[in-house]
Amino acid sequence: MSSVEIPSRRSARGNGRHLVARLASLAVAIAAYSNAPVALAQDVLIRNAKVHTADARGTLDGTDVRVRAGRIAEIGPNLPAAAGEVSVDAKGRPLTPGLFAGVNVHGLEEVSLEESTVDHAYAPGTQAPPAAVLMRPEFDVMRAFNPASGVIPVTRAEGYTYAVVTPSGAPGGTFLAGQGAAVTLSGAVDSELAGSRTLFVQLGAQAAALAGKSRAAEWMLLDQALAEAKPGHVQAEGDERVLTAAGRTVLAKFLAGGRVAFNVDRAQDIRELLALSKRLGIQPVILGGAQATEVAAELAARKVPVVLDPFLNLPGSFDQLGVTLQNAKRLHQAGVRIAFSNGETHNARKNRQGAGIAVAYGLPWDAALAALTATPAEIFGMGAERGRIATGLAADLVLWSGDPLEVTSVAEAVWIAGRAQDLRTRQGALRDRYLTDKPVLPRAYSPVR
Amino acid sequence: MLLASAANAASAPYPSTYRALPSQPTLIRNATILDGTGRRLDQADLLMRDGKVVALGTALDAGGATVVDAQGRWLTPGIIDVHSHLGVYASPGMTAHQDGNEMTDPVTPGVWAEHAVWPQDPGFATALAGGVTSMQILPGSGNLIGGRGVTLKNVPATTYQAMKFPDAPQGLKMACGENPKRYYGGQRRAPMTRMGNVAGYRQAFADAQEYVRGQQKYQRDLAAYEAKRKKDKAAEPPSPPKRDLKMETLAGAMAGEIQVHIHCYRADEMALMLDLADEFGFKVAAFHHGVEAYKLADRLAEKGACGALWADWWGFKMEAYDGIQENIALVDRPRNGCAIVHSDSAEGIQRLNQEAAKAMTRGNRAGLSIAPEQAIQWVTLNPAKSLGIAARTGSLEPGKMADVVLWNRDPFSVYALADQVYIDGALAFDRKDPGRQPRSDFMLGQPGSEVQP
Repeated sequence: MSSVEIPSRRSARGNGRHLVARLASLAVAIAAYSNAPVALAQDVLIRNAKVHTADARGTLDGTDVRVRAGRIAEIGPNLPAAAGEVSVDAKGRPLTPGLFAGVNVHGLEEVSLEESTVDHAYAPGTQAPPAAVLMRPEFDVMRAFNPASGVIPVTRAEGYTYAVVTPSGAPGGTFLAGQGAAVTLSGAVDSELAGSRTLFVQLGAQAAALAGKSRAAEWMLLDQALAEAKPGHVQAEGDERVLTAAGRTVLAKFLAGGRVAFNVDRAQDIRELLALSKRLGIQPVILGGAQATEVAAELAARKVPVVLDPFLNLPGSFDQLGVTLQNAKRLHQAGVRIAFSNGETHNARKNRQGAGIAVAYGLPWDAALAALTATPAEIFGMGAERGRIATGLAADLVLWSGDPLEVTSVAEAVWIAGRAQDLRTRQGALRDRYLTDKPVLPRAYSPVR
Repeated sequence: MLLASAANAASAPYPSTYRALPSQPTLIRNATILDGTGRRLDQADLLMRDGKVVALGTALDAGGATVVDAQGRWLTPGIIDVHSHLGVYASPGMTAHQDGNEMTDPVTPGVWAEHAVWPQDPGFATALAGGVTSMQILPGSGNLIGGRGVTLKNVPATTYQAMKFPDAPQGLKMACGENPKRYYGGQRRAPMTRMGNVAGYRQAFADAQEYVRGQQKYQRDLAAYEAKRKKDKAAEPPSPPKRDLKMETLAGAMAGEIQVHIHCYRADEMALMLDLADEFGFKVAAFHHGVEAYKLADRLAEKGACGALWADWWGFKMEAYDGIQENIALVDRPRNGCAIVHSDSAEGIQRLNQEAAKAMTRGNRAGLSIAPEQAIQWVTLNPAKSLGIAARTGSLEPGKMADVVLWNRDPFSVYALADQVYIDGALAFDRKDPGRQPRSDFMLGQPGSEVQP
């Protein structure tokens, strides 16, 4: 697949930058199994698990977890069975909170290079933006989110229960990409998770093309948008606006305590962002942060979290010079809250491999698990509701065949809000069809299991 | 034979200047050895001398060799990646570094990837830290026939010639499916469809057949001239036909001197390419990416074509829609099946051991029985076979190149790290010794360059 997709060759598989989106025109046909949730909310007692709580209690061996009405009701050894409860014997295997699949475009993209299946960017201009492209913070990808996407079951089957879906910049759009939110990967019609709404802004070298070809223009335009969104702002006669009335309302709302996430790598851009955030009184989320280690102390002091790509150790651009596989460890040691996102959608399932690599390069195992569970939930406003195994929280749980960060382990069972998830996928159906010895009739006649 | 001479004329220039790094006899003791031929040896020793594997066994005599205690650690052949673009799509991904696709014409067999390899790509060093000792650098897949690939030894060097694997056959990169037709069709020129793709390959090889006939005629005329000259001093020698770099490459492929590597995702298209190979008399060394290879694994095995595959990439375009995680295991399954885990990625090449681990796990979950000693072949001996270098590297057998990785633990783990990497018996990477961790010129003086590795 390499390389015709130049210059966005690196983005052809995602790599956290979704610059290839254009207009969507046709509805996409989605294959079997995409409407997966057949399970009912059931009270469950998971017995004898090695419970990695991703919480202050750490890891609890030989422990039971009771799920009642979709929530974690009780955690402890030898819990008595209750009537009407399904019992699952974990046989000592690891149980974790459902994993975070990263910041990506689940539900907004079926096949990356097929425009009719891609909805994550607003890009009305045909080329790098004409002078008068409005910034549209009111662009809200959640209105295009398709819970029946065939990608979601593939990610869910690997133990991921939530993702953050993001708009992306694309040629003809602007670097103020719009709004996204966290979604459950249950495939439910109402997948958006409460409190997770986020405004996404792209900064740095990759976004400069969307801002008149200079990163200085990113700040200039951002300043103008912020001024326009200020309550009581009076537009001088004849001045061109960068925001619509709806955009002003949305931006004002985010500035008054909403969450704004910035794709940014270069240390100096991060410093500029911190200064701006201080003036505005907002607490940004950093996505990427390849050079965040250089400003780690300040990020820690300001409690600014970094969602980083755990696979990145080669500079994709000059903004990423110096990135290493030890970044996760170094940020953690400096007291910066971290979460992992490989930025992929179809291969979001690699995220836990990245966490394992971070451990191999010095990050404590518990911190790596937290960066895949509790911390991203916290960062995106759901910390009180999910991301840990603690009583009262939503029962998003995964039972693993072995160490959940290990490439030789697989998810054996997944619960989302207490519902046992269907782990069948279209890929599994293909496997089953071709796994058998050659049948008499063509395989197209083989029964669908 | 005549074909061979045509191809030799083309492959002789730009010779390898590779010299192994300085080495000393080394005995690695008490390792768990996966030898690449399908064997696992526990608590075993490996002796290397003069760049070669000398012996495997227990309680080997050091005989003055440097002894490395590998208790608790694992030893494998050096990892080989059959599909890399290091150097031709170097990091950082600047516009100036986009050297992998000569997309000025859909048929460019005259271009050679090696002529664009930037040896200062920092990706070579990170691949080395992942145990990669050899790799094939290929042109991209934008063209139907993209040009020649080159096999390199992963040693730091100022020139690619100093990395060039001595006497390794070159590769020919071809591409099926969406990429060529998307790009050229988008420019309102051929190929715009898969029909156009196949017509493009066929015309190119038909032209090459004509070229070969021209060469043969010249050889006949030359022979006639030599015979005539003995009697007739005034005989005129025939003038040689004009050299054609494109045709030399295709003739070399048809003569079996250049290994044919085809980027091809769909099963039906792989079958088409096997027919194309039959029509023009070449052999397919490997189908690359092949996300649907599992649908015709038996046919690939019969034809001796390897499947160079990913553990889990899928879905980025329609021809990648049917990717399954059991693909590699299913291609490995038939008798004579040749599965390869490849990267096509500066990230993936750093952990082909982990990619193999994922594929092995999925195969075993599907009910196959794949042991690490078998799966390690997917990243060692099988890629060596498809590159035509299996007689010299790819497994730990006496007389072969001592391309060796010492892992800190079972390499089929996310936590596994290469502690030491030997290339031709020389220590090319040592995780504990900054003096054995190459850093490219580009990375000197850059932010964060003090951090290892």
